[in-house]
Amino acid sequence: MPFPLDLHELGTPLTYTIFVIVGIGFGFMLEQAGFGRSSKLAAQFYFKDFGMFKVMFTAVITAMVLISAAATIGILDMRAVFIPGTYLWPIAIGGFILGVGFLIGGLCPGTSIVGAATFKIDAMAFLGGVVIGVFVFGESVPYFMDFWTTSDLGRFTLPDWLGIPTGVIVLFIVVVALLMFWGVWSLEKKTGVADPADSPKAQLIGAGVLVILALMVLVIGDPTTEDYWDAVAGEEQPRLDNREVQIHPGELLELMNDGYKNLILLDVRDERDYNQFHLRAARQIDPTPEAVENTAPDLIGLNSRTVIVTMSNGEDDATEAWKSLTANNVINTYILEGGVNAWLDIFGEDADPKPVNYPDEMAFTFTSALGGRCVASDPDAHEFHLVFEPKVEIAAAGAVVGGGCG
Amino acid sequence: MTIKPIGPSVRKGKAPNPRPFPNAYLVGVGLGVVLFLSVLITGDGLGASGAVQRVWAWFESLIVPHHVDTNIYLVKYAGGDAQPLNHWIVMLAIGVLIGGLISGLLGRRVYTEIVKGPRISNKTRLMFAMLGGTLVGFGARFARGCTSSQGLTGSALLSIGSWIFMMAFFGGALIAAPFFKRLWND
Repeated sequence: MPFPLDLHELGTPLTYTIFVIVGIGFGFMLEQAGFGRSSKLAAQFYFKDFGMFKVMFTAVITAMVLISAAATIGILDMRAVFIPGTYLWPIAIGGFILGVGFLIGGLCPGTSIVGAATFKIDAMAFLGGVVIGVFVFGESVPYFMDFWTTSDLGRFTLPDWLGIPTGVIVLFIVVVALLMFWGVWSLEKKTGVADPADSPKAQLIGAGVLVILALMVLVIGDPTTEDYWDAVAGEEQPRLDNREVQIHPGELLELMNDGYKNLILLDVRDERDYNQFHLRAARQIDPTPEAVENTAPDLIGLNSRTVIVTMSNGEDDATEAWKSLTANNVINTYILEGGVNAWLDIFGEDADPKPVNYPDEMAFTFTSALGGRCVASDPDAHEFHLVFEPKVEIAAAGAVVGGGCG
Repeated sequence: MTIKPIGPSVRKGKAPNPRPFPNAYLVGVGLGVVLFLSVLITGDGLGASGAVQRVWAWFESLIVPHHVDTNIYLVKYAGGDAQPLNHWIVMLAIGVLIGGLISGLLGRRVYTEIVKGPRISNKTRLMFAMLGGTLVGFGARFARGCTSSQGLTGSALLSIGSWIFMMAFFGGALIAAPFFKRLWND
């Protein structure tokens, strides 16, 4: 997926130029909306001018539809887009205070910059007030830090919460917003405060385009792990084929005894096999695509010493898990070569071999379910002198792009 | 007392003649497209209050560096060697200033003026503008974002916090409206 761009690759001067240009567009539109004028903004709350409501919600639904359309056709990777974290109570209280201040002052931080740029003296006074508010907050927040960091739900979106596809929510919000615009329109007609720049025909066409795009998002649907894999397969499939990511049991043993590295072992066999035998530190995950996908968020952004190794009895399920994790941006992931069967072949002294019917079946039997208490679960590295070609190379984590209203 | 309108958009001895604002829905689409391009290209949306925070943190660290280093909130902006101005949101704010000026010039709207309701004096307006600004600055940092970031950007990204922010924001303004009627109405 080509977007968002890797800003660290672009370098600081170019990145900052992009942000200045985006800012120019933002400031331009705010001024065109009349948002540099406090009285026009405040008039919204006395129902004398619906400009603010119209501009804000049109902007929200336009951006929402375009962003989700770009994500759904696979040109924008939403996982790399910064979404402000949801701190329930601080947001509700801060938003309320902001709303009261907005009504009293008639502006908000962005619009006061625009007002000041067009020589509006009240906007300059407002901006001075914002500085005072920021100062008071910075000096007082240490005393209520506990509250300010409370109810942190992290990156939490409506589709996450409701568990329904993005397209359904996008379409719903678009329809509700259009209905509200229609309500505003009839109210304006009744009270005689209609906008002289109204153009019903063009507005209807715009509404139609938004609905069509929202429907497109709904029909195509959210990108799946397969889509993400397709996007990286060109680069990653050769690594699988050339066996660059399948590590020898000897290398895994070395990693297990490497105090510096943070090793995460993911055992993607079913619970029965896991209970029979598993590596001591291994965490069991059901070999279903959903279960593997759901672990991906926990494996992103770990420290740069982290190595993840997937394993199944053979290599099939472990390879599928590897693909799923890699598609979901998990880095430094490897596969145990030959799987648990190869491991037991070398270290499993008390395991009895048995014939297998399919490649990912356990090829050993145990007298009892030993789980992680078997000698082979954590072999003594000094007893084995294995020859292997080391393959683990730790790649630096991709730079985090986001930063929010930092 | 009225403020004399001075600025690039007024000729000497003439009254200001600002152009009317364009269709609000059209501007909304334009703003939405800017927001979309920002998210698409940079992975970040729009914001404003963070820039004020950074400029202020920079200033504070010039005067009382030790105090900034020991404040658990400010230290992340300007503690030690941190360069608070070295951040994309500051660049964005500079752009907003330029873009606002360009648009104002095109609309013949750049001249000194105190925008206010008809019933209050300039002094009252400026006092309330400052008071409102203080509440907004405090509230924006409290909510971890202002109308641009939590409001516009977060809502377009379907963040739950942002939709709560929008409701709290409109709720706060609507509840306050009857009490401050005099400020804005005739």
